[in-house]
Amino acid sequence: MLILENISFAVNGQNGANKEIIRGIDLEFHPNRLYAITGPNGGGKTSIAKIIMGIYKQSSGNIYLNGENINDLNISERARKGIAYAFQQPPRFKGLTVSDLLQIARPGLDGVNLRTSLRDVGLCPEDYLDRDIGPGLSGGEIKRIEIAQLLARDAKISIFDEPEAGVDLWTIQKLIAIIMGKFRSKQGGTAVIITHNENVLHIVDEIILVEEGQIKERGTPDEIWPLIRHEVECKMKEQCRGEMVYEI
Amino acid sequence: MKFEQLDMDLLQAVADIKAIPSGAVNIRRNGEAVFRHSSPNIVINTNPENKGLMVEVKAGSKGETVHVPVILTNSGFHDRVYNTFTIGEDAEVTIIAGCGIHNDSHSDSSHNGIHEIIVGPRARVRYLEKHYGEGMGKGKRILNPTTIVRVENGGSIEMEMIQIKGVDDTIRSTTAYIQEKGNLKVVERLFTHGQQKAESDIRVEIEGQGAAAQILSRSVAQDDSYQLFKAALVGKNECTGHVECDAILMDKARIKSIPQLEAEDADAVLTHEAAIGKIAGEQLIKLMSLGLSEQEAIDTILEGFLS
Repeated sequence: MLILENISFAVNGQNGANKEIIRGIDLEFHPNRLYAITGPNGGGKTSIAKIIMGIYKQSSGNIYLNGENINDLNISERARKGIAYAFQQPPRFKGLTVSDLLQIARPGLDGVNLRTSLRDVGLCPEDYLDRDIGPGLSGGEIKRIEIAQLLARDAKISIFDEPEAGVDLWTIQKLIAIIMGKFRSKQGGTAVIITHNENVLHIVDEIILVEEGQIKERGTPDEIWPLIRHEVECKMKEQCRGEMVYEI
Repeated sequence: MKFEQLDMDLLQAVADIKAIPSGAVNIRRNGEAVFRHSSPNIVINTNPENKGLMVEVKAGSKGETVHVPVILTNSGFHDRVYNTFTIGEDAEVTIIAGCGIHNDSHSDSSHNGIHEIIVGPRARVRYLEKHYGEGMGKGKRILNPTTIVRVENGGSIEMEMIQIKGVDDTIRSTTAYIQEKGNLKVVERLFTHGQQKAESDIRVEIEGQGAAAQILSRSVAQDDSYQLFKAALVGKNECTGHVECDAILMDKARIKSIPQLEAEDADAVLTHEAAIGKIAGEQLIKLMSLGLSEQEAIDTILEGFLS
């Protein structure tokens, strides 16, 4: 179980003063459950994910993984403890192939599973395994590879940061089905999906609504959906018009 | 000829050979040819001035390979060699060159190798050259390769020139002339560290109609090392040419990149791009989020970049 206890996070604001991005949040993520974190852009969703991964260091508060305080663990150590994070905008690498990245994500992954990982996200293995994760790939392709490597890891806590962002509408549904299929099985581990996608919000176990660095609401989809329906539907229309809004 | 373990280690580093390869071979150690073997389609002779090799690849031969590695193990040794490669028309050949220096003394060791390659009409050549230095002494390991390439009508050559590590000083000079419908691709990968200095000066004159050239450089400079990369493309006819320089800068290292385009014909299409920067933070974070330590992530990024 992952516990965030009274977590705050501040950055330097424009006038040099500290600006609190996350303000004293408490969260619990139970094993083998699906969570969606949603809310307006700039509300702190990605910051929460990066604090869990160790990319950002919280200003105060504690993080526990299965009872162990992991405040002092760096990114690599948290990854080895079983926390995985699929970036909203994954970086590109010159000279590193898709196969290389998948092998780093899951050392010892055999050829069959390498290919399956790519097929699961709608990419033909023969076309992609030996390709550089460089400028030759589109944003959507990079995003699908990012999801493939996270699924291949079999982590205890898997965090997907807007898996739908940058992916075409035809592919989103399939990706969601694959993510759900994996984490609906009891051994799939815990999944935390930062999303504005209505379809995801309806099928998770719990929705966490984050606004202005705080937990505004949390509950089952039936409890939360009526509260956020209008904003999410507007967001979905933006996506349909190709006006994807990325969170900074 | 018996080779010591040190010789074999150097040969493996620069030419990837664990035993004497089959086919045409000339191994030069401390200024002397210590092993030579010609093949039915590739003849290796000493040139008349006794200053190097004349390698002739017969016209029309296919799938041939010739190894011509050089190793220096005598400390304070200064080697100079002039090798000529003549590739007959329609031939297809891979040339594996390279030089490794082991220097444990306080005297400098150096190798100045000049390779002249004539690519005959419609011939196809792959040229691989690795440079490597090692040893505990304060004496420098110096490698100054000069390569002159002439690509005749319809011929093509792809050159991969790599400096792995351990070379204290290098001045690398490459000049190429490309005739009608000829094609040249130069891929240079350089790694410098410590106080090392590397200068690469590439000049390609695209003389024939429909000819093409690409110069691609990937380099990493660490510690206090310094690299100077100069690449000039001269378009003298209807042709295409591209220069690309990508470099990763670390620690207190310095890199100077000077791409140069000279168009002497209105139908010459020449382009260049250059980028120098440190390892991107998001790349490090990404690999660390997969469980690699920071150093493992840096090594993975550099290895991929230079691969």
